[in-house]
Amino acid sequence: MSSQNDSTKDNLTKSAFSRRSWLRGAGIGTGVVGAGVLEQEADAQQAKVMSGEVEISLNLNGRPRSVKVEPRTTLLDALRNRLDTTGAKRVCDRGTCGACTVIVGGKAVYGCTMLAVDAVGKNIQTIEGLAPEGQLHPVSQAFVNNDAQQCGYCTPGFVMASKALLDRNPNPTVEQVEKGMAGNICRCGTYVGVRKAVLEAAKMRGGSNA
Amino acid sequence: MPDYKWPAMNKRKIMGTRVSRLDGPAKSSGRAKYPSDMNPQGLLQTAILVSPHAHAKIRSINTDAAKSMPGVAGIRTFVNAGAEVQWANAEIAIVAANTEEQARDAVRAIKVDYEVLPHMVREENLAKAGTRAKAAGEQITGDPDQALKDADVVLQSEYGIPVITHCCLEPHGQVSEWKGDAINFWPSTQAVSTVGNQLAQALSFDAAKIKVTCDYMGGGFGSKFPADSWGAEGARLSKDTGGRPVKVFLDRATELTIAGVRPSHFMKVKVGAKKDGTITAWQSDSWSTGGFAGGGMAPIPYVYANIPNRRMNHAAVSLNAGPQRAWRAPNHPQASFLTTSAITDLAAKLNMDPLDVFLKNANLTLREATYKSQLEKAAKMIDWKAKYHAPGEGKGTIRRGVGIGVATWGGAGHASKCKIVLHPDGSVEVELGSQDIGTGTRTCITMVAAETLGLPMSAIRVKIGTNSYPASGPSGGSTTIGGVSSSTRKAAVNALEKLFEKVAPSLGVPADQLEAVDSRIQVKGNPNKAMSWKQAAQKMGPQSIEEMGENVPAQAPREGLNTLGASGVQMAEVEVDTETGRVRMRKLVAVQDCGLVVNPKTAESQVYGACIMSICSALFEERVMDAVTGRVLNPDMEFYKLAGLPDIGEIEVQMDITPEHDARGIIGLGEPCAIGGGAAIANAIHNALGVRVPLAPATPEKVLNAIGNRRYA
Repeated sequence: MSSQNDSTKDNLTKSAFSRRSWLRGAGIGTGVVGAGVLEQEADAQQAKVMSGEVEISLNLNGRPRSVKVEPRTTLLDALRNRLDTTGAKRVCDRGTCGACTVIVGGKAVYGCTMLAVDAVGKNIQTIEGLAPEGQLHPVSQAFVNNDAQQCGYCTPGFVMASKALLDRNPNPTVEQVEKGMAGNICRCGTYVGVRKAVLEAAKMRGGSNA
Repeated sequence: MPDYKWPAMNKRKIMGTRVSRLDGPAKSSGRAKYPSDMNPQGLLQTAILVSPHAHAKIRSINTDAAKSMPGVAGIRTFVNAGAEVQWANAEIAIVAANTEEQARDAVRAIKVDYEVLPHMVREENLAKAGTRAKAAGEQITGDPDQALKDADVVLQSEYGIPVITHCCLEPHGQVSEWKGDAINFWPSTQAVSTVGNQLAQALSFDAAKIKVTCDYMGGGFGSKFPADSWGAEGARLSKDTGGRPVKVFLDRATELTIAGVRPSHFMKVKVGAKKDGTITAWQSDSWSTGGFAGGGMAPIPYVYANIPNRRMNHAAVSLNAGPQRAWRAPNHPQASFLTTSAITDLAAKLNMDPLDVFLKNANLTLREATYKSQLEKAAKMIDWKAKYHAPGEGKGTIRRGVGIGVATWGGAGHASKCKIVLHPDGSVEVELGSQDIGTGTRTCITMVAAETLGLPMSAIRVKIGTNSYPASGPSGGSTTIGGVSSSTRKAAVNALEKLFEKVAPSLGVPADQLEAVDSRIQVKGNPNKAMSWKQAAQKMGPQSIEEMGENVPAQAPREGLNTLGASGVQMAEVEVDTETGRVRMRKLVAVQDCGLVVNPKTAESQVYGACIMSICSALFEERVMDAVTGRVLNPDMEFYKLAGLPDIGEIEVQMDITPEHDARGIIGLGEPCAIGGGAAIANAIHNALGVRVPLAPATPEKVLNAIGNRRYA
């Protein structure tokens, strides 16, 4: 960690998730004259936003990776923008669609709603860590077999969510698959294939937490 | 002229079999690199400043403070002082910085002085549109006034379907690198062979020096053809910064607001019929918006188009809202929703089963026999006879119902060129300036080449996704599969002909007596007089065989490789909770013809996907505009709802593969299957409740309002 004191870090961390920064991120209230209610409220809450990077180490797919991030940098943006680990995708960026699903400490999480600094000291598994180059993880193979993908942009998130589900519940029922995959959204509409793929992957893995 | 026609249905070894998409492993392992995944050395990230106002004049833009912010490398504006913005989230300025965080900070430091002007953002009440509504001119056939007077039954009703957005998961954008006199452009696009030309025009730049690359793209649905303003400014930022690559991708709110919507469509209608269900008259007043430039005009009455007496008036309403872009079967899903709702309600008024009314009037369609047979097939799949009941008949809180939707589409192949190279070492390369937007194009091209050359798919290397290859049309209008399959077929036949000429002397027969089968070149029908592909390739000497094939749309009907005209019928079964208003899908069935089907596996996937998109728009999707602020209220994926896996129920797809359809050649599929589902669901809800939910989507609020007979905006 850098020499920045902790209270600064806390402030920055909070401000990164303040309502104001959310509004700003949405392109609202930027340089506005004649502001509406939202802007006035946001201005009243104005927190000082600073730029500044700290170096942290992330345990990514079993390897320590050193990376410079800002306190407000999400785990997803650290992976995609700073570690060139682009399997997880940024789609809604608000914890709704699951395209950024990665497994942290054994649990499926949305990479866009976790700060990179909060992932320090935890095991982070991304889709790149599922299988060695040139090989396919059984879940990925099941997605291929059942054509559970079209444009494919949501697919890494679905594969990671499936993997986490099967780790937790090696033999899910159809209803459990539907519930377990409910946090991921596909626009092309590949759900029929996904439903089959998760069930097939469970079979292929023989119910073991491989 | 060589014989290009498709091998007989029963002779095909690869085409028509169920092949897993070839780029599936790359996608499902996260190794596929989409344009938004590109991180070339020295990359600059960007953030875009957008207008908070739906209508405003820009007095001034001051970027001075932003320029000196940490990490900022370049700033450009999309508009100048004096310009008017006509919708919220219109692009104002863009900042390139070393990190995205820095770019976002700098965007906040840009000062824009706006003169806020009046806006109008809602169109559901045409009376309030005033001069914003432009009439399209009346269309009259027959004598609608007399026919409505003479009709035994006249249905009078109103329906509406709101604006929805494409919501591509990969937002619009690109990475660009303008170095010296060349530009590298990596856009998320449906048009690798044309987007570079558009960029060249925007930049007044030499089109030949723009290299476009897009191996994968994360969804377009009709919205990703243009180079876009952010494409041009991204390239200019690269130039401004000495050729550093610049990444521009819209954030989600901007993506949902300005990067494409499907027009709304509202209609007041009268439909006249005889007692026996024969439809005799149609009179509709409809309106729609597709943003500031006006709106689309749905082809109503839809499929049942040849009603003998009809009058149609339509108005396009200009709103201060993000512009329309083509949306998977432009205007057709709306047309199917409006038309089949009216026919279903007419059937109710006639005390007839709507299936009988759709069947009885099939002569009003262009393909009577096909629609009749598809209606019957779909009815069997959904078990219509057992499940249909008089509208609203039933007991208890949970009511079930079934409904019908119909579709039609063109889908002839676009202009496409393909180059096939046969190398002396036996390897084969196939090059097209086409793209795979998730439909399986890459796989289908490989199947066609392998089928034609008598080789396994593993022996073919298909290269697409850049404008360096021979040009193919954009992926729009369901024209890709017809175009690329035909050009690939022709290139492969041409290349084989050249190879046969090299091989013929060794096999002691004229070249036209040879055929390519099972990785061998052999005398037709005589496997004993043959040589392996590898041996044959060696006969070509050191020079590879390079041959072109071209699909020319004007000639295609004569050649018979591809054609147009797809029909489809979808039927839905829903369950409605009359206390909560919640609609649940039980089943959606789709019968879809599309001529010769190259890969049934990926074709079915497209239909499944289209059914799910239909569920989304029937039950969840609506862009909600706030009349006061002029903004979109739900530009995110939490409140702009799409269906999830638990929402889809059972879906059954039947590709209508028959010798008669197959003989027509290849017809595009992506759009026809995305039309009828939403209509079927809306009609199933009517059957369940006995009242119409007149405005899509059928959210719990709208369902409860319909049950309570409440009028609402």
